[in-house]
Amino acid sequence: MTLTDTQIERYSRHIILEQIGLAGQERLLSSKALIVGAGGLGSPAALYLAAAGVGTIGIVDNDSVEISNLQRQIIHHTADIGRDKALSAAEKMRAINTDVQVRTYKQYLRADNIDNIIREYDFVIDGTDNFPSKFLINDACYFAGKPYSHAGILRFSGQTMTVLPGQSACLRCLFDGPPPPNAVPSCSQAGVLGVLAGVIGCLQAAEALKFALQQGELLTNALLTYDGLQGTFRKVPIRRNPHCRLCGESPSITTLEEVEQPVCDLKGKGSCCTT
Amino acid sequence: MKIIVNGEEKDVAATTVTGLLSELKIRSPEQVAIELNGDILDRNAYEQTAVKEGDQLEFIYFMGGGHDAY
Repeated sequence: MTLTDTQIERYSRHIILEQIGLAGQERLLSSKALIVGAGGLGSPAALYLAAAGVGTIGIVDNDSVEISNLQRQIIHHTADIGRDKALSAAEKMRAINTDVQVRTYKQYLRADNIDNIIREYDFVIDGTDNFPSKFLINDACYFAGKPYSHAGILRFSGQTMTVLPGQSACLRCLFDGPPPPNAVPSCSQAGVLGVLAGVIGCLQAAEALKFALQQGELLTNALLTYDGLQGTFRKVPIRRNPHCRLCGESPSITTLEEVEQPVCDLKGKGSCCTT
Repeated sequence: MKIIVNGEEKDVAATTVTGLLSELKIRSPEQVAIELNGDILDRNAYEQTAVKEGDQLEFIYFMGGGHDAY
């Protein structure tokens, strides 16, 4: 791949960086990232990855834009209310950067369709908010050997961890499985400061870029937590768990299966609002 | 007894993880993963797991979005 003069100008602030240069930018333009959820986390991630010139970006979302999304899901505008989130997000990404090929998936990820989708990509960003989806992505990425970024946000806090399947701690090393349904109130009850989605979603985008560039240290074997009220980050070391049901020494999860657990009563199974 | 919980020193009386959850008023322990000196604890072992002076614990909350962790 040879960059055009326009591309050299567009990406000049990348190219001038010692760790990127022309070769790194070419690497980004050849890379493929999948963003699951065009919501709070997915919005900033999608915008920055498109701007950065990640050559192929997939965006998965089956929902349409609602007015209550706009407080944090910054890729969608007021005029997009009622439109498909995947299409709304794709439109903004293309508007930022025509170098990027955007693929939209207007569907929910399930055990029977996730593998075919994630295999097309180098890195997966989990921008979902519901636990069945989070564990499904974790498990599918493990079986497909795909690196991915986990994240969650709640009220004034957020957390993120990058997983290199089979090499670093996974979500199931930390949490055996989704919490019991009766312990989880609906999505609308707890709230979240909108900007938390930006802070954590951008960290996820940075991980995707670092992975594509093969630069720096990924946030593996550690959970980075952000307390927005205190203004503090903590990096909590997480070791691989030998008893992990997925990637431990004697795993009990050996094939990809649907992860059952109702999370949100707003719209029914699997259709919960993205964060 | 002084221990470190999520990076902060705490003076506690509890001697087991279960006791600590109660003492620290963790209302939904099923929504928390606990790391003791770097190792993730088995949820079924909280009752038998002793907490000792100087232990470092991390309480790590499920965060999907919009659910009540505390």
